[in-house]
Amino acid sequence: MTTPLVEMKDVSIAFGGVQAVDNVSISLHAGEVVGLLGHNGAGKSTLIKMLSGAYKMDSGEIFIEGNKATIQTPRDAREYNIETIYQTLALADNLDAASNLFLGRELTTGMGFVDDDRMEAETRKIMARLNPNFKKLKEPVSALSGGQRQSVAIARAVYFNAKILIMDEPTAALGVHETAMVAELIQELKKQGLGIFLISHDTREMMELCDRVAVMKNGQMVGTERVEDVTEDDILSMIILGKNPKAAA
Amino acid sequence: MSEAHEPAAPPRKSIIQSLEIDTRMLGMIGAFLLVCIVFNILTDGRFLTPRNIFNLTIQTVSVAIMATGMVFVIVTRNIDLSVGAILAATSALMAMTQVRWLPELFEIGHWAIPWIAVGVGVLLGALIGAFNGWLIGYQGIPAFIVTLGGFLVWRNVGWYQTAGQTIGPLDKTFMTFGGINGTLGGTTSWVLGIIAVIVAVILIFKSRSTKTKHGFPVKPLWAEASLAGITTVSILGFIAILTNYAVPERVVARDPSKYGCEIAEGCNAVYGLPISVLLLIAITGIMTIIAKRTRFGRYIFATGGNPDAAELSGINTRMLTVKIFALMGVLCAIAAVVASSRLQNHSNDLGTLDELRVIAAAVIGGTALSGGIGTIYGAILGALIMQSLQSGMAMVGVDAPLQNIVVGGVLVVAVWLDIQYRKRTGAK
Repeated sequence: MTTPLVEMKDVSIAFGGVQAVDNVSISLHAGEVVGLLGHNGAGKSTLIKMLSGAYKMDSGEIFIEGNKATIQTPRDAREYNIETIYQTLALADNLDAASNLFLGRELTTGMGFVDDDRMEAETRKIMARLNPNFKKLKEPVSALSGGQRQSVAIARAVYFNAKILIMDEPTAALGVHETAMVAELIQELKKQGLGIFLISHDTREMMELCDRVAVMKNGQMVGTERVEDVTEDDILSMIILGKNPKAAA
Repeated sequence: MSEAHEPAAPPRKSIIQSLEIDTRMLGMIGAFLLVCIVFNILTDGRFLTPRNIFNLTIQTVSVAIMATGMVFVIVTRNIDLSVGAILAATSALMAMTQVRWLPELFEIGHWAIPWIAVGVGVLLGALIGAFNGWLIGYQGIPAFIVTLGGFLVWRNVGWYQTAGQTIGPLDKTFMTFGGINGTLGGTTSWVLGIIAVIVAVILIFKSRSTKTKHGFPVKPLWAEASLAGITTVSILGFIAILTNYAVPERVVARDPSKYGCEIAEGCNAVYGLPISVLLLIAITGIMTIIAKRTRFGRYIFATGGNPDAAELSGINTRMLTVKIFALMGVLCAIAAVVASSRLQNHSNDLGTLDELRVIAAAVIGGTALSGGIGTIYGAILGALIMQSLQSGMAMVGVDAPLQNIVVGGVLVVAVWLDIQYRKRTGAK
């Protein structure tokens, strides 16, 4: 088998005595979508935040393309081409789409000033590709619909050539049409060779979008299965009972 | 979704929409003009004389300088209650440096004295501000508490330095930043005014040409031209007013050569643009550029809009807080130069209650305490409105307690109006 794009080995983190993630290992290959399932508080988001640099892990190792990686801050994660689309979208509501897209990585003029015109032009280009209906470039993103806001967040990941994309409940706030759009986009990005971690509560959606699903409970990994090998019921029982029925069998 | 119902043809744009002027700012300018006109009527035309307008502007400078910094502080959801105290502490240090300490090393009136004094004052302001910012950003103490403590600490550090004495008279060069003692006269004021007009017009049309180059929609040409026209008239009108304030003959008589005359009689010297106002204009320009055109400014607004998003985007919001408060401290020190030199000496009560005036100016100017929103020019306008109200009422002879009651009421009403405006326009 090829070297995985991401390999997290025996990763743990505790918050004030609560072991949020306990000795979890997970891997992701290029062109693969791995779904993370589990109840609220199972540790999915926490696990992924250690990869995106939002949390520092207490112990464990992360390998990116086979090399040991040190990820302490969101900036470090970006160095490894890891981009994250958060559940809460992580947009500054008072700024426009272009400012949000380039937040933390502004294009500048030769004099070192932020180049709003160039950023707007780039935003127009990428939006024309991702969401042709997107027109409100001058308004603060608080004036946008859920789907439009989501496309700003996705554009941010796509524009900066992410290799590893983390999507934390990308469709939670979206309507049916917009959810379909995100699903299409995931297929498209997968074809381009990105590795995608997807977090969701929707088991059916996960069975359609993912290649493998990993189930967590109480901070521990219950098991990782290829979607062809399991039924939706198997997954559900893993989530609820915290046991892998196949392993038991 | 609402977008689906929009008609295919773009709706006809009103004049204000075509000009792309912030309607909120228009309202504020309207309020300011209304205040001026009402007081002008009540004072039988004494309010809008060149002399009073001159005085009004130099009285506003100190608070306005600090208000520009307060915009950044409030935009990041913080507050600084210690600005008046930092002003007093830095002013005390600058006064002691130039009046007591340096004259022992150099002779009195040495050219380096005022500049060393300003240097140490600005340094102290930056250090105090950075310390406040460190306590807030890195130690997690709420800004309200840190600066409430600073409110008591720094004014009394100043008091301790001077042993409670009034320190003066200040250095002659230093005092040119105070207003009436440092003006540019007629010719220089006009030259600067004309340069300002040329720069403004170039900027307006340069921004238009870059927009066209990128293929963005631009305003109609007539709108651009009228904007340039309004700017030109405003700048030159302001210069015309200030250069109409003649230096009284008895003042010229003290030193006619200073005004380019041999004798006071028939000299026709005018004050023109005060250096302190020029300083304020420069600071306004720099702060606006920081807000709109630098990463630092972009991060300030992003952090104010959504601190978590800013952090996740790799912005070091703690260091940002330190920088913002350090900048606030530097502006307090600059305001201290203006405030102490206007009064020609340092006294312990310098800048008392300035924190409230500064916060009020920023808030009346549209800075939202919930964070993320605010403009530099708004804060300047807010400071002007406050000062106009205050000196207008003093001229009319309103009793002191009533003056404060009115100013307090205006602050609350201004914020209420702002909330109503934002609700109606759907802005956050």
